[in-house]
Amino acid sequence: MTAQATLPRHAGAAAAEAPLLSVRDLTLHIPVPPHVLRAVDGVSFDLRRGETLGLVGESGSGKTLTALTLMRLLEPPLDHLPRGQVVLDGQDLMLLTETRMSALRGHAISMVFQEPMTSLNPVMTVGRQIAEPLMRHLGLPTRAAMARAEEMLRLVGIPDPARVLRAYPHLLSGGMRQRAMIAIALACRPLVLVADEPTTALDVTVQAQILELLTELQREMGSAILLITHDLAVIAETAHRVAVMYAGRIVEEAPVAELFADPRHPYARGLLASIPRIERMPPATLPEIPGMVPGPAERPIGCAFMPRCARAISGCAAEPPPLAEVAPGHRVACWNPVHG
Amino acid sequence: MIGFIAKRLLQAVPLLIGVSLIGFGLMHLAPGGPLAIYTLNPTIQVQDIERIKVIFGLDQPLHIQYVKWATGIFSGNWGYTFFGGRPVLDVILERVPATLLLMGSALSVAIVLGLSVGVLGAVKRYSVFDVLATTGALFALSFPTFWFGLMAIFVFAIELRWLPSGGMWELGEEGNLLSLLRHLVLPTMVLALVITATWSRYSRSAFLEVMHQDFMRTARAKGVPPGARLLRHAFPNAAKPLIALLGVELPFLFSGALVAETIFGWPGMGRLFVDALSMKEYPVLMGMMMFTAIFVIIGNLLADIAIALIDPRVRLS
Repeated sequence: MTAQATLPRHAGAAAAEAPLLSVRDLTLHIPVPPHVLRAVDGVSFDLRRGETLGLVGESGSGKTLTALTLMRLLEPPLDHLPRGQVVLDGQDLMLLTETRMSALRGHAISMVFQEPMTSLNPVMTVGRQIAEPLMRHLGLPTRAAMARAEEMLRLVGIPDPARVLRAYPHLLSGGMRQRAMIAIALACRPLVLVADEPTTALDVTVQAQILELLTELQREMGSAILLITHDLAVIAETAHRVAVMYAGRIVEEAPVAELFADPRHPYARGLLASIPRIERMPPATLPEIPGMVPGPAERPIGCAFMPRCARAISGCAAEPPPLAEVAPGHRVACWNPVHG
Repeated sequence: MIGFIAKRLLQAVPLLIGVSLIGFGLMHLAPGGPLAIYTLNPTIQVQDIERIKVIFGLDQPLHIQYVKWATGIFSGNWGYTFFGGRPVLDVILERVPATLLLMGSALSVAIVLGLSVGVLGAVKRYSVFDVLATTGALFALSFPTFWFGLMAIFVFAIELRWLPSGGMWELGEEGNLLSLLRHLVLPTMVLALVITATWSRYSRSAFLEVMHQDFMRTARAKGVPPGARLLRHAFPNAAKPLIALLGVELPFLFSGALVAETIFGWPGMGRLFVDALSMKEYPVLMGMMMFTAIFVIIGNLLADIAIALIDPRVRLS
């Protein structure tokens, strides 16, 4: 698997088009006395029609919280903390009432979660769970919604959809349940699909099938996908562009091929170097990034990566670096980026 | 399903035999014995007591007495009362309607109230309402029923004179529905208070547990509105522990409430038990024990069936 195998299909056309989803300065600062945990710290990105943006980072880098924040799915007491803009098709989701937001969820913007085993209601048939958003958002009567649900099951590659329609989730395997989750999320043909580690809980062979399914359905429906993962292989296979997150911030954003070929941020570079590659066999030792992601207490005022960074210079401690364009479509937040 | 029910009923037989053995044993180990009351009566001669012993079969060895009584239980002959010689089963069954009425209304009020309070407390966790409900429940649970009963009589019957203080009807008004309802209010209120407290705690924790599960977030991500999330998604999942609780409480419906029935002079099973106890009516006491045991078994069986109907993962086998 190489990065070149999945050159962004829409790169040329998409650049001209206005973004479908535009996230600006999204912030989630959680007070954890005596500190403030900057879980999401000024995240900005654009997502265009038919595009897949991979959001990659270690656990704890704020990927999932970014997703839950932009979906407005945070539970109290976190629900009042987010700041920033999430503009979907012209309207700022952050300004909507919960009622209006609830009318968009599952309709204009949907989400697939990491845990297919627990994300489905155990006492409701799969069919009813898929039919639910269809009835709610498109106003379909039960019978029509169930027919569409069966169609969706067929679309996500479930064999014998008529049987699965009436089945309860516990009868399905993890891969099948994730397909059902995707069917739920895509039932109303949303503009944007947020997929949070959709394949992490699955077997490797099933992972590939699910990713292929997502790509295929995207081509068919034209939805934009925000694909959250810690797995660079998943990004290389599926995404057009990639944003690397570290400690609540996006540190580098570029088209997939470009990032894999020419990472500018020392962290992104370290992340890519830590992937084992066939051509580097036999491996000596895999290079690793020294140190750990800083906790909320020890996060520096300046660049959060500085304590672990081999390229740190004197200015790094003073101020966090802004995300600046170094090449067309390639942005890096680093005071001393690597030069290609 | 039918196989499951048959199997469970068969399993109940050894259980009932065990209960009857323990109950019978305990009754006969208790000091005094059924005839103790006669020994205090100076007009009764020793030979009279011996005669009574023979009449009731109390002169026979214990195991013979047990076998006779136990076979009677399983064949519908539950024995006769010492005083009056009436069939025990009749004595018990004639008390069922009063108890069923009181416990049924108390339990219905309590479940509706307790469930609403619990669900609201779970939805608005740590709100003023939740804190008040929690405090109120602890208050209701920490005071004895007789205190609430006496307070209710004092306030509503004696001071305000709104409601009668006890009994089921006014004299001469037997069969009058309005009179019955007026008499029902106070004991129902007192009984429901405690059951409401229990139910609000149970339903709060059941809903809290369900509301933080992944599938509830999925429902939110699908755009399901809050009311439907609660009813369609949370409720069926939270209902399981509550149904189990109901199964345990069903026998309570038939065994009555000792304290409340005694305080309010309600002619139900609870009072029958207290009366039988003070009169050493062993056949009645043992009969009531078997009666309650049977309803414990039926209650749990019904709860298991209901849970299996709600949760497809539970298979009856």
